Amino acid sequence: MSAPMLDIRDLHLSFKGHTGLTEVLHGISLHIQPGERVALVGESGSGKSVTARIVLGLLQDLPSARITGQVLFDGRDLELMSSRARHALRGTAMSMIFQDPTSSLNPVFRIADQFHDVLRRADPSVAKAAAHDRAAAILAEVSIRDAQRVLNAYPFQLSGGMNQRVMIAMALANEPALLIADEPGTALDVTVQAQTLQLMRRLVEDHHTAVLFISHNLGVVREFADRLYVIYKGRMVEQGPTDAVFADPRHPYTRALMAAVPHLTGGGIPEIAEASPDFAAPLVDHEAEAPS
Amino acid sequence: MVAQPAIVQRRDAMTPVLRLLAKRLATSLIVLVGVSMLIFAIARIIPGDPARIALGPNATAEQIAALRAQLHLDQSVFVQYGYFVADVLRGDLGISLYTNRPVTTDIAQFLPATLELILVAGAMMIAFGLPLGIWSARYKGKWADNLIRLISLLGVSAPSFVWAVILMLLFAFYLPLFPIAGRISDDIVVTPVTGFLMIDTLVAGNLRAFADAAWHIALPAFALALSGIGQAARLTRANMVETYERPYIEMARSYGFSERRIANRYAFKPSLIPSLTIIGLDFAAMLGNAFLVEAIFAWPGLSRYGVEVILRKDLNGIVGTVLIISATFLIVNIIVDLLIAFLNPRIRHSQRAS
Amino acid sequence: MRRTFAILAANPLSLLGLVLVALVVISAVFADFIAPFPAHRGAVVDFANFNQPPQWPYIFGTDLVGRDLFSRIIYAYRISLVLGIVVLAIAVPIGVTIGLLAGYLGGWTEYLLMRLTDVFLSIPPLVLAMSIMGVLEPTLTNGMLAVTAMWWPWYARLVYNITRGEREEGYVLAAEVIGASRGHVIFREILPNCMPAVITKMTLDMGFVILIASSLSFLGLGVQPPTPDLGSMVAAGATYLPDSWWLTVFPGLAILVAVFGFNLIGDALRDILGADQ
Repeated sequence: MSAPMLDIRDLHLSFKGHTGLTEVLHGISLHIQPGERVALVGESGSGKSVTARIVLGLLQDLPSARITGQVLFDGRDLELMSSRARHALRGTAMSMIFQDPTSSLNPVFRIADQFHDVLRRADPSVAKAAAHDRAAAILAEVSIRDAQRVLNAYPFQLSGGMNQRVMIAMALANEPALLIADEPGTALDVTVQAQTLQLMRRLVEDHHTAVLFISHNLGVVREFADRLYVIYKGRMVEQGPTDAVFADPRHPYTRALMAAVPHLTGGGIPEIAEASPDFAAPLVDHEAEAPS
Repeated sequence: MVAQPAIVQRRDAMTPVLRLLAKRLATSLIVLVGVSMLIFAIARIIPGDPARIALGPNATAEQIAALRAQLHLDQSVFVQYGYFVADVLRGDLGISLYTNRPVTTDIAQFLPATLELILVAGAMMIAFGLPLGIWSARYKGKWADNLIRLISLLGVSAPSFVWAVILMLLFAFYLPLFPIAGRISDDIVVTPVTGFLMIDTLVAGNLRAFADAAWHIALPAFALALSGIGQAARLTRANMVETYERPYIEMARSYGFSERRIANRYAFKPSLIPSLTIIGLDFAAMLGNAFLVEAIFAWPGLSRYGVEVILRKDLNGIVGTVLIISATFLIVNIIVDLLIAFLNPRIRHSQRAS
Repeated sequence: MRRTFAILAANPLSLLGLVLVALVVISAVFADFIAPFPAHRGAVVDFANFNQPPQWPYIFGTDLVGRDLFSRIIYAYRISLVLGIVVLAIAVPIGVTIGLLAGYLGGWTEYLLMRLTDVFLSIPPLVLAMSIMGVLEPTLTNGMLAVTAMWWPWYARLVYNITRGEREEGYVLAAEVIGASRGHVIFREILPNCMPAVITKMTLDMGFVILIASSLSFLGLGVQPPTPDLGSMVAAGATYLPDSWWLTVFPGLAILVAVFGFNLIGDALRDILGADQ
């Protein structure tokens, strides 16, 4: 086993509020190998999105957030880094794709200008014309045929699917080692979502990019991820290779999730009506049992 | 493969703006007609006979009757309005009973000083108000934000004449940094071209005179600008705080753009667009508030004329002054609308969103 | 209501606002007991003590005819508050009704009412009030009328914008589907949703009405002497700057204190009620 790209060990997160500390993550662990696609699955509020934001270093600057544990990125502990050093990684070594592509792109700037700013993260001196050409080349990679027109457009002039491709292209523009995808394309309709996910899968394979794929949709996860973690109320409840977990889901919560999503690419939030006391059962680790 | 969406071509960009301009001009014209009716209506509810007031108590009945006929006061309100509109369209606002000169001459004499004051104050409002608002939003909840909020609230909490008094006492009397009154020092002679001293001095190439004019206008303009600065800062902050909640700001952060760049570019520009309408209205409010500041600083603008014609019930003077101010106001609003259209790609590239 | 008050009292700035407003209201209501020289509210002349700088018993000094400035400011507050309340009591219902009707009914009603509103908004507020005051006799009643005429369009526009948004909301459609009358939908369904914004604006406007009214009287177009008024007091003292600074500074600061107090509360209310401008 090579050194992991991302290695989270016993991560705790709490927020300081009026009523004292509220713990959101109760010591989760997770690792991703270089080029590996790993899904983090759970319902909203389970702690999956805050995990992504800790990896990006976005929560560390929040005065109310208390974070303990280790987050090793390429062997370096993010929690021991200065906020400036963490900042330097964002947009270069790691990047993120958001849920709703159209509202995640700034409405008052052309795609070309936003692309220019993204490319400047890796090369601060990149000229506008050069950035334009780079951007056009990357857009061609995400199967956008008329890159010039897209670059000259504002997000509201493009379809959701097109904006999603633009976001994927931006996210991969600086060849990051880790891509975080937070519920990508949930705001799009199902067929467009499936298409862009296929595209994304092909690209990360080509670029050998590690992916942390955050989703509540097990159907999508099964199509995309090599391994998956199931998170419930700030605790990992099951983890293992995607096939193994789908073949033999053992944690009651995982089973409930799967029962709620019968279709492979079904959209929408699974309806798990009641929290069962079984859901607090300890972690099921498929890898620990089966020697790999 | 998803079909490529239709994208508006760049070369079409001006057409929607021109269409918007045409529409705005048409609406403004309707509003201006409404304003003229409103002003006319206000002027007609005047108690007493304007002709008698104008001629004084010693006038004979014949003299009064002659003036009434001359002013069309002996005819129906509708006929009077018709004459009024016809005159206005010919650029004739009548004779001021106060100065015995055409109202247009009076306004041409006094308006430039007032407009100059307002333009400088408006520039101050934007130059100070917007950055304060940006800072305040960027450091939301920190001491800088609290301080700026307190100062901007104080700024909007007093009428311009109170600020004028306070600024004059502090910076013209106790700390004599600025002149107490007037537009320019007595020993400087400027040939009037536009009536805007800061332009006329530059046209004449007289930099000393320009500096002197700028020195004179600084304090009154700042007194006039203070509430606008506060208003602009508060508004910019409020809109930016809302913008900061948007996904595209988180996206900008996830790409590691600096907080400074996020504030000045990614959060500011989308927030500026809704702020501009109100900033335009604040600018318009200065047209009225200039009256208050001019009185304190003895600024030779429209204020004294406006107050005098009102106190003397000089109908033509009142109607002309209010009409000119309203027209200026409408022009400012059209400019603001065009600016918004220019800044907002949604309007520039399609039909108006709202 | 009690909760709102508790939140207001918890924040230092809004607490300051409450204290300032309480001071203004108490001095206005109990002016007869607080003012050291109640008679000085009227046309009293005391040439022995004219134009005195602040000193006991004249803590804010005396004016040009020897009247106690402190007493006059307290009585001026009474007039300012009455004016503010009356103006809002007339302007708000008119503006809200027009906004509701234009926003809900649409069509020609909307076009005519909103163009009328535009016309009023197209004259700078102070200039509109000035021109009305110019043709009317400068009395307190006419002052209120002039300020009211310039104030209602702001409420019409505010409520109109909210109504246009609410008209498409589910609860309105539901009420229409079950056959509720127009009146019911407008006043029972939509109006309550406009109230937070209207109440917030009213609190802020209480300050601004005082501000505009003082501006009018500063120009000599409002309340006339000898009735004490903050604006005309500043105007009367302006020519005696800088030597008799108290003639302008104290009435000026009195305006600032009252308006600032209402603004502090209004700002806090906006945060609590979550109402937009």
